Amino acid sequence: MNMSWTLVIWLSIGAYAFKMLGFVVVGSRKLPNVLAQCLMLIPAALLGAMVFNGTFTDAQSIAVDERAIGLLVAIIAAWRKLPLIVVVVLAAATTALLRAM
Amino acid sequence: MKFRIEPDVRPVVTSALALSGAVGVFALAFGVLAVGAGASVWQTCALSFFAFTGASQMSAMSIVSTGGTVSAALGSGLLLAARNGVYGLALSPYFGESLGKRLLAAHFVIDETTAMMTAQTNPRLQKIAFWTTAIALFSLWNLGTLIGAVLGGSIDPHTYGLDVGFTAAYITMLVPHLRTSNGRIAAACGATLSVVLAPFLPVGLPILASGLAIFVGVRPQRAKTAA
Repeated sequence: MNMSWTLVIWLSIGAYAFKMLGFVVVGSRKLPNVLAQCLMLIPAALLGAMVFNGTFTDAQSIAVDERAIGLLVAIIAAWRKLPLIVVVVLAAATTALLRAM
Repeated sequence: MKFRIEPDVRPVVTSALALSGAVGVFALAFGVLAVGAGASVWQTCALSFFAFTGASQMSAMSIVSTGGTVSAALGSGLLLAARNGVYGLALSPYFGESLGKRLLAAHFVIDETTAMMTAQTNPRLQKIAFWTTAIALFSLWNLGTLIGAVLGGSIDPHTYGLDVGFTAAYITMLVPHLRTSNGRIAAACGATLSVVLAPFLPVGLPILASGLAIFVGVRPQRAKTAA
């Protein structure tokens, strides 16, 4: 697979750069409110995207398969406030079971 | 000799440890999933040690595992890391002028340390909250990653549904962001864009492009404050 050290190294450098940018470089100067708000919304947008893209696409086509049921189980488990590891195991196990059938 | 913790410090330390324990379990999942996605044990551990920001690490791994390019994986990982910059801004006033200390502390500026520190009311407790959380969480995050990565090597990702394991982890990370209406709008738009764009863009890019959803999400609140 094309997992590479390039990714590991650049992600590490980039992640630290962001942390330092706010903390050391910008310091106590204020960021425009709208910009701060936009940055704080990134996780919501990207996590939503990763959930749906990861479930309903296969390479470049739209697909509905066993993963959709796994997602449903994950949503119900998270909604019932089950611990993270239980949510992950339930969703993976459901999908594995359906794939084995 | 008995080691005594002052009464007002105890709840801070207790919640820092509880939080770190939960994060350690999350790291275990990350380790298993990352190795399943094709990373080596060393690469997985290096990410947890040096990048040290959960959602970014996860997204980069899952984009690569689904056949996305390294640039797309890096792009989404960095977008997710950008919020730590905002946390840095929020925490900056709590820290002294020493540049060395700031450079060190910066590595630990993440969701959990920010939440713990800003929840305290006086400077002494704020400092204790930040450093206790930072040290405990960093240790358990890396320990969990290592154990997960070693265990993960013996598992075939597709057979055991690990791809959906990733998705399930994202769901739990997404939940706190759905408390505000802006967060819900951004999540819904991001989700829609990521699927609708899939047939037209190379793998991985629809996730990056869904970052545009933040501009839809941020509008209504501006309108509300103006009114």
